[in-house]
Amino acid sequence: MPKVSPSFEEMVSTPLRASGVEILQINVGYRCNLECRHCHVQAGPQRSEAMTREVMEECLRVLRTTPLPTIDITGGSPELHPLFPWFVEECARLDRRLLVRSNGVLLLDEHCAPLLDLYMRSRVEIVLSLPHVDPQITDRQRGTGVFHRVIEAIRMLNARGYGIEGTGLPLTLVHNPAGAYLPGAQKALQSSYRAALRERYGISFTRLFSITNMPIGRYLEYLRRTDNYGDYMRTLIKAFNPESLKGLMCRSMVSVGWNGRLYDCDFNQMLGLPIDHSLPDHISGFDKERLVGREIVIGDHCFGCTAGSGSSCQGQVA
Amino acid sequence: MGDYYEKKDLDDFENIGEYAPELGSKYFDYYGEAMKGGELTEREKALIALAVATTQKCPYCIDAYTNQCLSLGISPGEMTEAVHVGAAMVAGIVLAHSTQMRKIIKKKEM
Repeated sequence: MPKVSPSFEEMVSTPLRASGVEILQINVGYRCNLECRHCHVQAGPQRSEAMTREVMEECLRVLRTTPLPTIDITGGSPELHPLFPWFVEECARLDRRLLVRSNGVLLLDEHCAPLLDLYMRSRVEIVLSLPHVDPQITDRQRGTGVFHRVIEAIRMLNARGYGIEGTGLPLTLVHNPAGAYLPGAQKALQSSYRAALRERYGISFTRLFSITNMPIGRYLEYLRRTDNYGDYMRTLIKAFNPESLKGLMCRSMVSVGWNGRLYDCDFNQMLGLPIDHSLPDHISGFDKERLVGREIVIGDHCFGCTAGSGSSCQGQVA
Repeated sequence: MGDYYEKKDLDDFENIGEYAPELGSKYFDYYGEAMKGGELTEREKALIALAVATTQKCPYCIDAYTNQCLSLGISPGEMTEAVHVGAAMVAGIVLAHSTQMRKIIKKKEM
């Protein structure tokens, strides 16, 4: 990634430290049936990286012995991992807050029906990507026909009670910009999504996460190819908000890669920047006490999480 | 003399109060209040601002409010409709002013 000025390190001036470990985010692999243009994972059908049963067992061991309140499973598309049904069932037994990030489209497959039954029984929170309520804009980013399949998936989930008030089955949608600009305020976007999806398709959801595109992976390639990289980085730097620092996700989570390696966040995972500063960086050496207060590995991509209202896998942070 | 309307000048907008800070500060307070969501949503206000920016031919405002509209999830179709509202208004205003012309014609012609 080309250097920017000032660098993120200069901007924050003091080392960024974790304040706890509340979330274990587990990336089970990079395989996906889609190839979205904004994907920082660069996931796709050709990716073969997948978590082994041994690493999954290690994750479960850590979760059984450590009081981590939230398990957040992501990919690629987790449903494509052959061991995923077993793994999610084991996670569900631990009685924690459990989120699964899905591209939505796969949930329409018949073979996912038992998985959806399990999600419902275990109160798994489903998180689906829907970059825009305009079909053309979403399809431009995620592939032709994806928008209407996601709408169909939401309709099916609504029929099962997901995204319906009072059922206790949360359905979260994720917005991210379909181009080289920052996302708007999460609350305003949530209102416009809610109105548009109800009026046009009669469907509902629980809440919206608004996420800034990180200048890494496939999105970085797009920025550079279209000569938007410099402008985008200047926009991120200009929008740097010190208030966002205290809510950054890296301060309260640990990301586990498909091979068991530990990272401060999913973005560092994609950049090959494991947890550093002499700490064990593999799930087999997970030690919460040592991870709390650790110094976070930072880089200029971190400007993506600190712009405006801030951004995280849980939406805005400030 | 080739330096009018440089893109980087948009970043200088925050310094317009340089020689009159009190007035600058009052202006920015007013601007912030006027543009935030109230009885009209932030979205509606961004579309009005975009229409004004194009009719007033301000490249800085067009840049700022096109980005703002994109950030708010406003589609290119919606933005274009807003610009057409501005264009139709400007056309109407021009034509309405021809009333003056017609009045003079009627007075002067035999």
